[in-house]
Amino acid sequence: MKFSENWLRTWVNPDLTSEELSHLLTMAGLEVEAMERVAPAFSGVVVAEVLSVEKHPDADRLNVCRVNVGEAEPLAIVCGAPNVKAGIRVPCARIGAVLPNDFRIRQAKVRGIESFGMLCSSKELGLPEESDGLLILPGDAPVGEDLRRYLDFDDHLYTLKLTPNRSDCSGIAGIAREVAALTGCGIHPISVADTPAALSDRMEVRIDDKAACPLYCGRLVKGINANAKTPAWMQRRLERSGVRSISAVVDITNYVMMEFGQPMHAFDADKLSGGITVRRATNGESLRLLNDQSVTLDEQVLVIADQKRALALAGIMGGQDSSVGDDTKNVFLEAAYFNPDAIAGRARRFGLATDSSFRFERGVDFAATRKCLERATQLIIEICGGQACEATEISGTMPVREPITLRASRVCRVLGITLETDRIASILERLKLGFKPDGDLFIVTPPSFRHDLEIEADLIEEVARLHGYENIPAISPHARLTMLPDSETVRSISGIKQKLVERDYQEIVSLSFSDLDTERTLSGNADPVHLQNPIASNLSVMRSSLLGGLLAALRFNLNRRQARVRLFEAGACFSRSDNGYAQNERVSGIAYGSRMQEQWGAKPVPVDFYDVKADVEALLFPSVPEFLPAPHPAFHPGRSAEIFCGGRSIGWMGELHPNWQQDMPQACILFELDADALMKADVPHLEEVAKSLPVRRDLAVLVDEHVQAKDLADAMREAKAPYVQEITLFDVYRGTGVAQGKKSLAFRVLLQDTQKTLNEGEIEQSIALLVDALNNKGAQLRM
Amino acid sequence: MEELQQILDQALAQFSKISDEDHLEQAKARYLGRDGSLTAMLKGLGKLSAEERPKAGARINQVKQAIEAALQERRDALGQAKMAARLAAESLDVTLPGRGMGSGGLHPITRTLKRIEQLFHSLGFATTEGPEIEHDFYNFTALNIPEHHPARAMHDTFYIDPNHVLRTHTSPVQVHYMQENKPPLKIISAGRVYRVDSDATHSPMFHQVEGLWVDEEVSFANLKGVVQDFLQRFFEQDDLEVRFRPSFFPFTEPSAEMDMSWRGGWLEIGGCGMVHPNVLKHVDIDSEKYLGFAFGLGVERLAMLRYGVNDLRQFYESDLRFLKQFN
Repeated sequence: MKFSENWLRTWVNPDLTSEELSHLLTMAGLEVEAMERVAPAFSGVVVAEVLSVEKHPDADRLNVCRVNVGEAEPLAIVCGAPNVKAGIRVPCARIGAVLPNDFRIRQAKVRGIESFGMLCSSKELGLPEESDGLLILPGDAPVGEDLRRYLDFDDHLYTLKLTPNRSDCSGIAGIAREVAALTGCGIHPISVADTPAALSDRMEVRIDDKAACPLYCGRLVKGINANAKTPAWMQRRLERSGVRSISAVVDITNYVMMEFGQPMHAFDADKLSGGITVRRATNGESLRLLNDQSVTLDEQVLVIADQKRALALAGIMGGQDSSVGDDTKNVFLEAAYFNPDAIAGRARRFGLATDSSFRFERGVDFAATRKCLERATQLIIEICGGQACEATEISGTMPVREPITLRASRVCRVLGITLETDRIASILERLKLGFKPDGDLFIVTPPSFRHDLEIEADLIEEVARLHGYENIPAISPHARLTMLPDSETVRSISGIKQKLVERDYQEIVSLSFSDLDTERTLSGNADPVHLQNPIASNLSVMRSSLLGGLLAALRFNLNRRQARVRLFEAGACFSRSDNGYAQNERVSGIAYGSRMQEQWGAKPVPVDFYDVKADVEALLFPSVPEFLPAPHPAFHPGRSAEIFCGGRSIGWMGELHPNWQQDMPQACILFELDADALMKADVPHLEEVAKSLPVRRDLAVLVDEHVQAKDLADAMREAKAPYVQEITLFDVYRGTGVAQGKKSLAFRVLLQDTQKTLNEGEIEQSIALLVDALNNKGAQLRM
Repeated sequence: MEELQQILDQALAQFSKISDEDHLEQAKARYLGRDGSLTAMLKGLGKLSAEERPKAGARINQVKQAIEAALQERRDALGQAKMAARLAAESLDVTLPGRGMGSGGLHPITRTLKRIEQLFHSLGFATTEGPEIEHDFYNFTALNIPEHHPARAMHDTFYIDPNHVLRTHTSPVQVHYMQENKPPLKIISAGRVYRVDSDATHSPMFHQVEGLWVDEEVSFANLKGVVQDFLQRFFEQDDLEVRFRPSFFPFTEPSAEMDMSWRGGWLEIGGCGMVHPNVLKHVDIDSEKYLGFAFGLGVERLAMLRYGVNDLRQFYESDLRFLKQFN
């Protein structure tokens, strides 16, 4: 909502500077987003008439003008503007004038000719540039008048960020009412008298949907001059309200809207067939709107129709076919009250957002409808001439304002301050909220212009607003103290992130959106969750994996010459599920480049599967995950593992598939884990500490290359050899002494009994069981 | 007896010249070994008379002890010299960088959230979470934003299907939590939220922190107290000015926007208010008995002000040159 301060001040003129007024509004909940001067400061500029123009004798591009500035003698002024000519009226900066940027006008010789001032362009006055050359003023601009006064330049443009509840301030009258309430300053309303009917014609109006349209006022005005010029003052006020001047009739309807917040519409009466009906559109009914957009309607939409067709989208926009044009002679003016529910959301359906729908959606003053029709009639006759016919006023189901009980004690309890009932009463009075006091209670009936006051809390906000939020102290609360629960069986995401940080991973936050192709091919998700209205086609689905984001981040950094990149992200991943959408928190990482940052004491070894596997194991520790070979679309099929914990699949890790690696000089390793699995922890429960020392035996075996270490370890564990506490692979060897296609695996076996020291026989028996198990797997003991 | 003195002098002289342990032990043998000169003299004692023998024996022993002492002294000296030489040879350049893994770091948003959570934990706020794909009911209806309410248009919502949206704020977590827990309640909830908006000052995804306190006696003055306290602690600035302006949110009444003083002006930092009775009604909390306040803060805004970040988009670019500055 934009408006001119000077216009507001014709309604209410508190003794406040512009800055103070702006602060007052902001602190009352009418946030002033911007306040700008209409024109920058300048002085000494008057309206001048160019009497004659002669070529400068010594300069091709200059002219010597005789200029009337309203004094007995014209001034000689040298002017270089291409558009100067005799008869035009233009701004003239006189000797002594100060233009923006402290540009001072002095008497000066220009190529030998004395010049007594300067004719000005928009640019020279610091105004938005409209065209090259002098600013041409209207032919009736009063010569000699100070330009600032003539164009009302000592004014500010306010831009209000109106919240949806304050539709009552979507017109100057409403803002004035608010300023009066806030300051106690008197208000000077426009007096609007009913225009007597000069003609007895009357438009027939019928309301089919009386709930959607509780009130419809209309009037024919006949014999107007549609080409009449909109008066300058009205054009200026509209322009400063952000409304473009179109034609006198349209301007007048817009002016009344900006004045009282009541959207209006004017139809060309000669284009209507029969009376007006306010009804729901029929399914498939079509309408060409004023903006040339054609819309197809349905029963959800309220229309203004004549006997033949829909004429306008009620409360949103008029139609092209019934619009007012240059040759319009007779107009039908409409001022109606539409129920917000009947308008809300309809404009958006058609991609529209109009000044009218903005107001009706939020609620218009239903007691001012007729007054606005009279105001528009009055202005039409003043400006365009014509004769008023009888007004039509048809009521549907008018809104009812239910009284609200406001308890002074509740006001104090909610706000946390003490407020006297007198103070509350005076605030209600200033807000023009009708009320009956009853001890501690006020029975308040909200006025027709407030659509946001329905319950006691709404009134409490009004009291707080007028009392001033700034006058409510900030008080630390008193509360019962109880400790927060803290579960030892849950590890926090924050702790997991810290572990990754300690293992040299840098956290990233990437957008939760992905592109369809990545989802399908990298994440192997055939049925991703789509957005209905994505901001870009490459951000059209919700990610089901964090790997895509990590890979993109890796590429981003490689393009910026980072040689070693280790990143992680923790966040939600999305997929479809039986009962809607699954949203699982995951923790994923990527490692690229050398294992350790370049340093003097370590050879630069590229990070590999087993480095990252150690990171994953550390994250899960003390749980011991299993890594089983399994294919994943993102990973090298021979270097990909599904990770299990307690028999449940909890994630994946692997080396990026060469197809994805593309131009990356080295491979990278990725992992993705369910956060749930990482967050699980057990409360430790002590087991007896063994009194004897463990015995170590090493078993080295030769196996075929394809045999997996885990198979052998599992076989040994399944042998259930007594006293075996631990079986760990500690060496893998290929080379001299080991045949091609074979490898040597060495396991460390720890044996121990909690009670006694083991004797050689017991040890040998256990080891023999392990060796049998190994042999069964085709492994030969190395001697 | 002069001979004894001679042996002693000779031994001392010889020991002092020896610079390694093996030679020292060989030299020792020349005096004290089986064929050593002093050993020979001891053997010669038998030839002396019974009267002379004790005196001569004592004399020889004296010399023997003197030689042994000298020997030990030399041994110690040589040992020390050897250790000193070894230590000198083993010294390191301690200025070389340490070896091994480096450290990563947390994202500035995480860092900011951690700080926010810690501060609110100190007041006894518990943390809770909610889904990012949210049912329309939780994101809007339960928060007193019915269909077609103009506030919905203000939210620039991402739709998944007609009934599901990407949550446009963290406020729906309030509703989930109040459905599952009875007052008194005191929670904060942080997370990603989404709006159809993308430019230098808007990201389609950003983070909010939501706070909720429902109890029998919490007031708007308390809301001001808690929020002001938080901002002053967060920015470690006791005189930070915080301003509350009337505003509108369908789920709070009275509602306010919070501004904080910043470089001579005011900067909007979030919205807040007393929980709207309709919201409490949706979750079966008696709004006559209980009052509540709620607030929402923009995490990126807080991080930007705290760490001097000017472009919101930097948070999501994953540029290591940016991220590492927060480690």
